[in-house]
Amino acid sequence: MSEYDIVIGLEVHVHLKTATKLFCRCTNGFSHDANTQICPVCTGQPGTLPVINKKAVEQAVKASLALNCDVQEKSVFARKQYFYPDLPKNYQISQYELPIALNGNVDVGERKVRLTRAHMEEDAGKLIHTSDAMSLVDYNRTGSPLLEIVSEPEIDSPQLASDYLKKMRHLLRWYDVSDCDMEKGSMRCDANISLKEKGASELGVKVEIKNLNSFKAVEKALEYEIKRQAKKLDDKETIMQETRLWDDDRGITLSMRSKEEANDYRYFPEPDLPVLVVEKEDIKEIRSKMPDSPGTKIKKLADQYKIDKSNLEKIFTEICFVEYFEHAAKSLKNPDPEKVIKLINWISGELFAVINSEGRELPSKISDNGFVTEINSIQALLTPEKLARLVDLIEEGTISGKMAKDVFSEMWASGKSPEDIIEEKGLKQITSGDEIEDICRKAVQENPEIVEKYKSGKEGVLGALVGAVMKESKGQANPKIVNQKLLELLAE
Amino acid sequence: MSIIKTVDKIRSGELSSRELLEKYLPLIEAGQEKLNSYVPPLLSEKARLAADRLDERIKAGGGEKIGRLAGIPVAIKDNMLLEGTATTCGSNILKNYNSPYTATAVQKIIDEGAVIVGKTNMDEFAMGSSGETSYFGPVKNPADINRIPGGSSSGSAAVVADKHVFASLGSDTGGSIRQPAAMCGVVGMKPTYGLVSRYGLVAFASSLDQIGPFALNVEDAALILEVIAGYDPKDSTSYNPENYADEKTLDIVSGVNDGVNGLKFGIPKEYLLDGLDPEIRSRLEETAGILVKAGAEVQEVSLPLTKYAVAVYYIVAPAEASANLARYDGVKYGLRTGNGKDLMEDYLKTRQEGFGSEVKRRIMLGTYALSSGYYDAYYLKAQKVRNLMKADFENVFSQVDMILSPTTPTTAFKIGEKTEDPLTMYLSDIYTISSNLVGIPAISIPAGTDSKGLPIGIQFMAPLLEDRRLFTAGRVIEGTYPNE
Repeated sequence: MSEYDIVIGLEVHVHLKTATKLFCRCTNGFSHDANTQICPVCTGQPGTLPVINKKAVEQAVKASLALNCDVQEKSVFARKQYFYPDLPKNYQISQYELPIALNGNVDVGERKVRLTRAHMEEDAGKLIHTSDAMSLVDYNRTGSPLLEIVSEPEIDSPQLASDYLKKMRHLLRWYDVSDCDMEKGSMRCDANISLKEKGASELGVKVEIKNLNSFKAVEKALEYEIKRQAKKLDDKETIMQETRLWDDDRGITLSMRSKEEANDYRYFPEPDLPVLVVEKEDIKEIRSKMPDSPGTKIKKLADQYKIDKSNLEKIFTEICFVEYFEHAAKSLKNPDPEKVIKLINWISGELFAVINSEGRELPSKISDNGFVTEINSIQALLTPEKLARLVDLIEEGTISGKMAKDVFSEMWASGKSPEDIIEEKGLKQITSGDEIEDICRKAVQENPEIVEKYKSGKEGVLGALVGAVMKESKGQANPKIVNQKLLELLAE
Repeated sequence: MSIIKTVDKIRSGELSSRELLEKYLPLIEAGQEKLNSYVPPLLSEKARLAADRLDERIKAGGGEKIGRLAGIPVAIKDNMLLEGTATTCGSNILKNYNSPYTATAVQKIIDEGAVIVGKTNMDEFAMGSSGETSYFGPVKNPADINRIPGGSSSGSAAVVADKHVFASLGSDTGGSIRQPAAMCGVVGMKPTYGLVSRYGLVAFASSLDQIGPFALNVEDAALILEVIAGYDPKDSTSYNPENYADEKTLDIVSGVNDGVNGLKFGIPKEYLLDGLDPEIRSRLEETAGILVKAGAEVQEVSLPLTKYAVAVYYIVAPAEASANLARYDGVKYGLRTGNGKDLMEDYLKTRQEGFGSEVKRRIMLGTYALSSGYYDAYYLKAQKVRNLMKADFENVFSQVDMILSPTTPTTAFKIGEKTEDPLTMYLSDIYTISSNLVGIPAISIPAGTDSKGLPIGIQFMAPLLEDRRLFTAGRVIEGTYPNE
């Protein structure tokens, strides 16, 4: 089987984050109620005309820059014609010969996967097939802005395909261009795969695979196809050029028996829209407003705080965590590398844990459109500054590390500052030598048998005395000082 | 019947809108009986309400702005959406389609106080030039009810010619305002492409369609255009004011009486072929004489690419139409015959039954022209020739201020009796389609009648955004002909 070269190309559609749709001012976003985010334009009523959403163009440019594409100053919308009930006008306004972006590449680990192009287009609606052989159409999604990103056919393994998609998702979420959620449909992927004899120059027959709803599905479908095609080639059978659907339940691809003959889309330039012009200066400005790339950012922070990049990796999964960290680190007192690492661990440990436990969606950053996002509500509860304060307080010895975990939980639940919580609950670590000495003396007096045992050489029982002191002090005595004082007293 | 004079009377209270309307309603109903010029129902009740409301506002005074078309009964072609009415486009497939919104141009005339009395009958989906392809039956020419009024804005021309409304709106893709205007004997004008919003005009050929006015005189037509023209953010092809020729671009009415002294007119030699009715030809020469008397110069000009206009038009228009009419599939609105064995059959049955033969013909033509392997040779090539034609006209307009030509090569023919003469058919296309292809404005002015008493129209064309010039020229020749 491995006598064949694997040639995979991926077409990814990402749903761009904007307030309104691409060609009308309906709300762009998910709604539970069918046909509530519609208007005459996106339902293809007679006499309606498309009007471009400039924000969508901005997002498309941002995405293209993030993927290292050459953004074209002039691009042309075109009608892609086919009949289907989820397409109200029976043509989709897309881009054909002159797309908004050409070339590009994505770094996937050691590899660099090149892109062919990226273009803007409007989404179709959703068809719901009911049990009694009826189909219903929901046009809420119709007219939503999409960016179609086409890779060069140079992905050579299902693993690389999956990694490529994950990387793209990371990047496009980083720049707040799209949520890229495959399960929710804000990122969709069609795969094209062909096999050829090892080293052969001519490409094999291309098979398109649709209905891939997760990264795993992409991997499994491609693996299945490789096996299927390899067997056919081994048996000297011809592979049909066709579109196949991935059946996730059965783990196989199935030929689309419905009329999926090569569609003639009869493309022609959209007469209702002018040429899309994005001036060089505008591209520059969009680029200047974009945050640092993940690679640049991680290096900057590592240098700034004199820590190794590897420490930061776990919070670099989403830009909101990085922003959270930056705000927190800024308000740390004396942020030496050790302290900063501790802060990172609080974020990637405790904070991630509560976010996940509450089943919150991974938050996105606050974007220029003024979206209020999940991170806002997290920050409202547990601001970066408050977390930094907590780390400071541990460092100062005001509370023990163990206590801090309880304080953190309370901070998350109540939104109060660590100082207030410590104050209210009287959790301040006791560090005064005299105070501790008193408690230790009391413990020694109340536990003569243990003292006896200790003095007779059983040094292990010290722990019991420490325990008694901690119980008496409600856990607030500084353990180090407790140890110290007990040893002093026992030595008397 | 003058809009401007009548509105003055209404504003001053000398005449109430309701009075005016009641005077015309019986004429409107009689006109409908005689000419089949509306797609029923007439909007009499709505019109009465509008007239009453206007009268109340005028009585109340208080300096509220009273529009420039206050109380004037007008009609609009049934391919323009008016909320609360059906918009059928003269087709079975939209027979019961309820307009969910109002077209921008229509809203503008409503905002100026116009009282809309009905949606006029038309060639189906604006495809035709005789009024005979409407699902709702043919429209008759008021000048002779055995003859066609022209098309596709057949009803809009007829209702004005019948003098039972003061003005109407039509649409022009290849001559659909000017040709029926000429055949019915009224003023009809196609604006510069992009001057009037297309939002709410059911699309036929997106890069050619424009809404324009019909009226009984040039001044009224100018007023209507001034009301409906202007940038619409809902139409991406409408002219942005920063691209206007100058600040007078939307100032149509003020220059109407400027006269043509010192202006140059050109008659394209390619338009003077056999096939042009000799009576119309001599009327053209008379017109040249009138212009010269008024201080203008008339000369011969040449538009060598004229011979490509028909080929270009019959590729571009059907191609765009095939895409624009794809949405009529019975899924979302309009006719649905249903009961097909699968989705494809549902589509086919609905469109088979819903569209007339002329529409089907053009959809097929257009689909073919755009199909794989043919796009480059047909549509793309046609668009390139179009650009060359633009240059052709620019060249002529560097020599003259306006082009003068007949609007049609013949007067109205009998219903059912279309001409077989290919030269005549050719000329009937080229006089009007060129201006749609290059986007320039054009107007047809009534120029008397022929020996059979049938109306003749004379056409002026002007450079892009010089729409006002057309009314100035029209005003000069208006009413100067015998048998008017």
